[in-house]
Amino acid sequence: MSSVAEALPASRRSGALHRLMRDRMGAMGAVLVAAFVAMALFAPWLAPYDPLKLDVMHKLMPPSLAHWAGTDQLGRDTLSRLIWGARTALGVAVSSIGLAGAIGIALGLVAGYGPRWLDMALVLVLDSLSSLPMIMFALAVITVLGPGKGTLILVIVLVSIPGYARLIRAQTLTLKNADFVQAERTMGAGPGRILARHILPNVVGPLVIVLSMDVPVVIMLEAGLSYLNLGVKPPEPSWGNILYDGYTSLRSQPALVIAAGVPLVLSTIGFTFLGEGLRDALDPRLKVGPR
Amino acid sequence: MTEPLLQVRDLRVAYGPVQALRGASLNARAGEVVGIVGESGCGKSTLAAALIGLPAPGATVSGEVRIGGDDLLALPEPARRRLRGERVAMIFQDPMTAFNPVLTLGDQLIDFQHRLAEPRAAKRGRARAMLARVGLPDPDLALHRYVHELSGGMRQRAAIAAALLMRPPLLVADEPTTALDVTMEAQILHLLRELRGEHQGAIVIITHHLGVVGELCDRVYVMYAGEVVEEGTVEEIYHTPRHPYTRALIACDPAHVAQGQGHLPTIPGRVPDLAAPPAGCAFAARCPLASARCATPPPRHRFGPTQVAACYAVAP
Repeated sequence: MSSVAEALPASRRSGALHRLMRDRMGAMGAVLVAAFVAMALFAPWLAPYDPLKLDVMHKLMPPSLAHWAGTDQLGRDTLSRLIWGARTALGVAVSSIGLAGAIGIALGLVAGYGPRWLDMALVLVLDSLSSLPMIMFALAVITVLGPGKGTLILVIVLVSIPGYARLIRAQTLTLKNADFVQAERTMGAGPGRILARHILPNVVGPLVIVLSMDVPVVIMLEAGLSYLNLGVKPPEPSWGNILYDGYTSLRSQPALVIAAGVPLVLSTIGFTFLGEGLRDALDPRLKVGPR
Repeated sequence: MTEPLLQVRDLRVAYGPVQALRGASLNARAGEVVGIVGESGCGKSTLAAALIGLPAPGATVSGEVRIGGDDLLALPEPARRRLRGERVAMIFQDPMTAFNPVLTLGDQLIDFQHRLAEPRAAKRGRARAMLARVGLPDPDLALHRYVHELSGGMRQRAAIAAALLMRPPLLVADEPTTALDVTMEAQILHLLRELRGEHQGAIVIITHHLGVVGELCDRVYVMYAGEVVEEGTVEEIYHTPRHPYTRALIACDPAHVAQGQGHLPTIPGRVPDLAAPPAGCAFAARCPLASARCATPPPRHRFGPTQVAACYAVAP
């Protein structure tokens, strides 16, 4: 979708960034998110130890200069596991939300712009999908397919699509009769051009905000299911199974639970603030023109 | 006499039971500016949509809209699409909503030229030239602007530039000045009058504003309740209106009312229900000259070579 990027000339993009950075919460969110993204991308270089390397002689150590966040019951370095856990968390969140967003956009545009019968059929499917209780649905799918990252992504994608598709559909419905779309038709544009060039750039903005606000939800879900041993399988580090390890040794070494909680809290705050900041910054009507 | 550029024959459009257009026929020749006047609900906008081959979804349409020989309504959608922009373009009533809010004016004007296989720079150049032509100050800057950053008058100029971009032989303007204040209206009328001279094709102006018609048009069609009740040159319609509705309309034009009179004259009664239109003359219920014969469709009387009025009472 290069049209989206093209639709935003440099002045507007930097204007939005500028406004995001002026907003204190938005800036804080952006910094936190950037930190987590860097952690995920550069985990192999940032992590002081191999996250899987056992060192039973130094198990359940409190934080020290050698192990900043202590060690777990198998003597693995908690900080390294948390850094690698960022890769797991963001990997799951970004891939599942990205996939769900893409499918949601496609379905929403088709439902909103296409013929009525198709719209009704899609809405029926989406409504029935979203009527399933999320956790029950997740447990059912995991029972059938077995736990693992792939299953986790599949569940999140399936659960998220209806919301995104509905958002896009609703906006497409209002836009398809807008004067500027009509104007485009009078200039001989077909449905493909109208959708890609004119409706899509108008509807992705709100979706981007919703997507960024959903990232923490997915991170929590991944951690939650991993905590229940239904998500990422140990020994692969995930904030959820680190939290679980901490829970089992809460009495002997509370540092582990606390350490696992910190990135969960910070990433949730970061993505939420960023989402809210983006919402304000991306609204083109709030912009003062380049005079 | 040359073949008219636009020929509309017995155009009927219905939205369910509501018959918005009940057999309108009109034509426009190259180089001619044709006005279509009537009050709200007389089918003007429906006519405008039909002229570009874009009737509202769900509308039942019959009749012919020929533009340069091709019947727009008989063509399949892809062929119709090709004619739009190329042979017919439209100037919209509200230029604020006629542009995509997330695209710059330049991007949008380039996009309007999507039929042309030319480099982007050439399209940008054409867009710039057209903006300069319609009198937008600093067209280079305007290309980078979003629509909401332009003033109302600039927007309407840009909308006119957009419609002229592909140099279509037929230009349809739907209430081109309604959304503007008086000063802007005068400027836009001035611009349209200028363009009139250069434009090789025909311009159809749809409006409820008699002043606009008087300023710009060569010929006028007066519409009432989905029908053309009178047609003629501007002079004929203004100075010797024949149909009682046309007379009443001109009597109600604020420009014709003597100052200090204190109130505006109105036409008593209401527009007939188009879900159950009367069998005869639609204006009969409000007409001072109405009689029993008006219950059957009135004849179309000719008054000279150009003026036609559909009324029993005004036989020449």
